[in-house]
Amino acid sequence: MIGRLIVSSETDEGAFELLTKGRELSKQLNLELSAVILGNRDDTKIQSYLEYGAQKTLLVPDSSIGTLDAETYANILHEIAKENGADILLIRSTRLGKETAGRVAQKLQAGCITDAIDLTVKGSDLVVDRYALGGNTISSEIIRTKKKVISVMPRTFEAQPAPVQGIVEKVELNVPPPRVQLVERRKKIGESVNIESAERLICVGKGLSSKEDLAMVNELSALLKAELGCTRALSSDYHWISEDRMVGISGKRCKPKLHVSIGISGQIQHTVGIMSSKLIVAINKDKEAPIFKIADYGIVGDLYQVVPKLTQRIQPLGT
Amino acid sequence: MHVIACMKQVVDLQQIRIKRDTREPVLEGLPVLYGDMDKNALEEAVRIKEKHGAKVTVLSVGSAKLKDTVLEALAMGADEACTVVDPACEGSDTAASARTLVRAIEKIAPYHLILVGEGSADNYSGQIGSRIAEILNIPQITYVRELSIGGNTITAVRDVEAALEVVKAEMPSVVSVTSEINKPRRAPLAQILRASRKPLKSWTLKDLGIDPGAVGSASSAIQVVSNLAPQQERKGVFFEGDVDEAVGKLVDALRKEGALP
Repeated sequence: MIGRLIVSSETDEGAFELLTKGRELSKQLNLELSAVILGNRDDTKIQSYLEYGAQKTLLVPDSSIGTLDAETYANILHEIAKENGADILLIRSTRLGKETAGRVAQKLQAGCITDAIDLTVKGSDLVVDRYALGGNTISSEIIRTKKKVISVMPRTFEAQPAPVQGIVEKVELNVPPPRVQLVERRKKIGESVNIESAERLICVGKGLSSKEDLAMVNELSALLKAELGCTRALSSDYHWISEDRMVGISGKRCKPKLHVSIGISGQIQHTVGIMSSKLIVAINKDKEAPIFKIADYGIVGDLYQVVPKLTQRIQPLGT
Repeated sequence: MHVIACMKQVVDLQQIRIKRDTREPVLEGLPVLYGDMDKNALEEAVRIKEKHGAKVTVLSVGSAKLKDTVLEALAMGADEACTVVDPACEGSDTAASARTLVRAIEKIAPYHLILVGEGSADNYSGQIGSRIAEILNIPQITYVRELSIGGNTITAVRDVEAALEVVKAEMPSVVSVTSEINKPRRAPLAQILRASRKPLKSWTLKDLGIDPGAVGSASSAIQVVSNLAPQQERKGVFFEGDVDEAVGKLVDALRKEGALP
């Protein structure tokens, strides 16, 4: 029996990202590419999985994401992996996806790597890259077990269609009822911004001494047409800025063309989220701050002097 | 009630130096400590003890230096420390670490709540909680930022990206916490001095009935091909001194780069 690479994501967009990469990997590793759809979809949506290259699409209509707990998700993927002879499971590394990866790997006695940031085939090996040592390094790893579970960071791969003739199959599963009950689900308060796709991004950190001073930064970001991001301290500890703007290992990972870092020392937990920026500008009064090690341009100086001057200078000519 | 906080000893990540020529991290001689989120897990355990009455055990697998590291956990309020110290554990993958922890947990059973950080400070893989829960066949609730206990039921507020979920499960369960859940206390000096008088059990793999060949790097399902600092080709141009001049130079440079709107 030919082995399978199965992708699973809570969202269709996430599945298409994984299918796009999955096409390349399954060809190189000689595996058949399948996707799992949890919950109900209309026919058009299901057909779009074929457009992204799923040779087999498995429908699990009973489960509905949003009320799904990790144990149930792991049970579903475990059943599917057993029935279909899955060699590789690619799961989108959302919080649910990541916690499920560990659980389903344990069920399958599989090696597991979470938060992958790249996947490449070298020889007959699938090499998985992920950040290690708190973001100081990138570790390239191979899973030695036959079955492999990998959770992949969202938006690592760009979804591109490549239609195939595939089959769609409804799966009847006998999964025990969940032991974790969802009582309530509420949206976080925030403006639901998407700073991950911002062209320009300004991040502020503890160098800022009061919430009111954000006005000064906002003036600059308006001129630069930049989104505002921040370190964990400013959102989680001080609550000055909503959490959907938190950048770093437990927040957002951004790839702007221009990133301006203001009053941030540059601890690795934060800088992991800006490492992929094309151009990094740092403003910090401490010459030794680690942020300068990853900066293209830097001003060593007091942000309260530098930022207003910068705003003044960037004003379009003639205004 | 018995609450177990699993904590991982890691090197001080802020002090890692990268070799300029090879991009290799230098880990030798670095101080070891508990990760911040592991301390959040312990703090929550101690708060549960203070509110409901419980025994709090801190459980760690690690090097010989653990006997010093656990003192901080004991000073923070853990009643007892159990450590697994065995050179054969070196290089264990998450599956082997989870198996080792579970053997130790079974040795100190009965347990009601197993608390872990949402991810370790160094690798942040988030697998340990899930794997422990699966091996013990108990529920898992991850990314918890509020936790309450009533009778045998735990109610938790989970942080899942754009939403917060309120969920319930019966004990025993595994709960992983985020740094929002609490602010870990700093142990007062008197507690630090008293900590060394608290019970500290140290086990080897043999004590837990684990075959040394079944853990450690030889058994690891994960083979590390390379582990290097990412290649950074940054320009590293800095302006100091007169602010007007520095800002002027920066803006000129950014205009040249075409980075401004």
